[in-house]
Amino acid sequence: MMPLQALAVTETTPGGALLVLGIVMTAVALVGLIGLGGRGARAIVIAALLFQLYVSVRVALMVAGTQSPLAYVVGGFHPPLGITLRADGISALMMVVSAAIFLGAAAFAWKDFAQPKGKPESRASLIFWTALLAMASALNLLFTSSDLFNLYVGIELLTFAAIPVAAIKGGADTLRAALRYLLFAVFGSMLYLFGIVLLYGAYGTLDISGLAAQLQPNAATLTAAGFVTVGLLAKTALFPFHLWLPPAHAGAPAAGSAVLSALVVKGSLFLLMRLWFDTFPTLREPADMQLLALFGALAVIVGSITALRQQRLKLLVAYSTVAQIGYMFFVFTLAPKDAGALIAETAWTGAWTQVVAHAFAKAGMFLAAGLAAEVLGHDRIRDLGGLSSRAPLVVLAFALSGLSLMGLPPSGGFNAKFMLLVAALAEGHWAWGAVIIAGGMLAGAYVFGVLARMMAEPAAGASLKAVGHGRQWIALGLSAVAVLMGLLPLEPIAFLAIGRAL
Amino acid sequence: METAFDIVLALLLLGVGGWSVIARNMMTAVIVFIAYGLLLSLAWVRLHAIDVSLTEAAIGSGATGLLMVIAAHKVAGDTKRVVQLSRGFHALAAVFAALVAIGIAALAFVLPGEPVSLAAPVLARLPESGLGNPVAGVLFVFRSFDTLLEKVVLLLALTGVWALARDEDWGGVPGLRLFPERHSVLGLLARTLPPIGFVFAIYMTWAGADVPGGAFQGGTVLAAMWILVMVAGVRKAPRVSSPLLRLAIVTGPVVFLLIGFLGFLTPGAFLAYPEGFAKPLIVAMEIALTLSIAVILGLLIAGPPKGEDAP
Repeated sequence: MMPLQALAVTETTPGGALLVLGIVMTAVALVGLIGLGGRGARAIVIAALLFQLYVSVRVALMVAGTQSPLAYVVGGFHPPLGITLRADGISALMMVVSAAIFLGAAAFAWKDFAQPKGKPESRASLIFWTALLAMASALNLLFTSSDLFNLYVGIELLTFAAIPVAAIKGGADTLRAALRYLLFAVFGSMLYLFGIVLLYGAYGTLDISGLAAQLQPNAATLTAAGFVTVGLLAKTALFPFHLWLPPAHAGAPAAGSAVLSALVVKGSLFLLMRLWFDTFPTLREPADMQLLALFGALAVIVGSITALRQQRLKLLVAYSTVAQIGYMFFVFTLAPKDAGALIAETAWTGAWTQVVAHAFAKAGMFLAAGLAAEVLGHDRIRDLGGLSSRAPLVVLAFALSGLSLMGLPPSGGFNAKFMLLVAALAEGHWAWGAVIIAGGMLAGAYVFGVLARMMAEPAAGASLKAVGHGRQWIALGLSAVAVLMGLLPLEPIAFLAIGRAL
Repeated sequence: METAFDIVLALLLLGVGGWSVIARNMMTAVIVFIAYGLLLSLAWVRLHAIDVSLTEAAIGSGATGLLMVIAAHKVAGDTKRVVQLSRGFHALAAVFAALVAIGIAALAFVLPGEPVSLAAPVLARLPESGLGNPVAGVLFVFRSFDTLLEKVVLLLALTGVWALARDEDWGGVPGLRLFPERHSVLGLLARTLPPIGFVFAIYMTWAGADVPGGAFQGGTVLAAMWILVMVAGVRKAPRVSSPLLRLAIVTGPVVFLLIGFLGFLTPGAFLAYPEGFAKPLIVAMEIALTLSIAVILGLLIAGPPKGEDAP
């Protein structure tokens, strides 16, 4: 077995049914929402998301308790005919993170997407809540399925839920952004599907551990791995496939932007990690992995510099996502197949800490940016003045998120980048180390640039509106989690390696 | 004889495909594309993939073709809305398309030895379910989890289309009002064809358990009949907020989910069927799904709700 490769599980474990519930209950709520025509929409959504949080926490506790993955054989049909769900340490972690952020976003959107009293259901409310539920369901599927076609269905579900959120505001620009998102996403889906068709033709199975066991480094396998990887890169918006992300994420309503940037791009990223560590571990040739790291590095630099040049706050935050995603790609080269256990685990922990810290920081930051736009009536960075006196909590939320994005201690972002840096230097990858440091400095420049504007005097003639405290606290709470993650010890986290070979 | 047929079919496919690409008039290109899809479904029959063939004819040629007809009709004669692409772009697209074709052809040779497939194990375990059609076995027994989630994707696709409506039009009637003239040939067809299509759809769904067919194919035929009625202006599409319509689109997924949960009780796994009840439960599921698929596909084509006065 390769280091960090997933261990196979073949039978349903105690608690395995939780994995089904984690995917299906939000789908049940979604069907109910459409069927009931908007009656009690928000209550249904909150109930479903609370249940999802409960399921996720239970899964995480059981994984931690037994120190082994949970598994469920759907319908009792084993692979290769049937489909198995499997939750290891990283699945359980991402389930909890996703449920928590979805709840935060739903609570934030509570007022904006209310059903007008005594009136027929409104468009935005139905679309937003169904999409939110579908994304929650799809992400749990991506985190737990171990069948490549089932995962394709998860990708489709996620895509078709995310695009309406990007299009919900209407208007030509938003629709153009959503259409571009759709084209990139469908292109990615097709490449992925093509890749797995090849794998099925070559090996007669779509089960991840079944494939890994018989994998041969022949032309068919390499072509398939290439197709699948490029397809998922397009969906993850890794440079140079990032062009669709900023307008789509910036054009969505604040709560939508938060989940799109914090979680949705991580869905395809998660799958990419699954594939290279669990399905194709033997194919992880250093040169190919260096190429992924190179695109990651370019994403960090190009994304940060472009963020620096933005004039709209939401676009700046979106470009920052392009940059922050880049860091996660260092894991492919920093945890090579012949790495020593300690270094590989350090890079592994660094990458997942980055995924989680960015999720919370970016959710908090997009919500803060949305509130700022509401206070000021616009999101021009030049005219952000006066925000700190009118809505100090919003500025604080932005600052705390920024702390983590820059990678200053104490924050989850610092832990992540520090561990990636340590792994890079230990393996002699000086170039990637330099990019990690440079990316932090560039992030510092764009975050402080915005903060300085927020603290400035209000522009002449600006009228500032008040926003409710509840939503400010939600933004602040999410940002605070990113910072509090900095209290974790700077060492490999054992939970992330549960269910994996060491 | 069969080889000769295949060669003619392949040449026809190439010719018709090329015609669709070089056709100057957009509507001509679309109509030829529809013919291309139908020829392609013949090719699938020759490859003994009847279910793929039915889907190709219904979705690849029928539904996609209709969407293109609607699009071409909307922009016909409107030079402002039709983007003229440069010759260079055309050449680039041709090179890219050729590369894709060569790539796909090369991949057929890349696969090592005989392609491996699960056909034998599927056939070996099919009798347990009482079904006769292996495709139905994969869709509703071995991998019903995929099928269940795909139905949720279909619902989402519909809300995605509805998301494009204007707020003030929400809850209204979808904007498919193409050919409102009465007493046309289309009107006659729309009045006479649906009963036949209806019977055919019921047969396809019912027979799908044992021979090619099933909920998707049956639902597509029903949808086609409904679209014909809507396009000809014989009946208007229902309001998207209509409770009856909502009930119709969720019936299939609800029945599917209920049967899935029933599996938890007996025999003890999600989406597992109680012994001896697999076939009746699957047929019940397929009937409910046929209805939902038909309505969803029809609504997908009909488009987002539009105000009465909008053009």
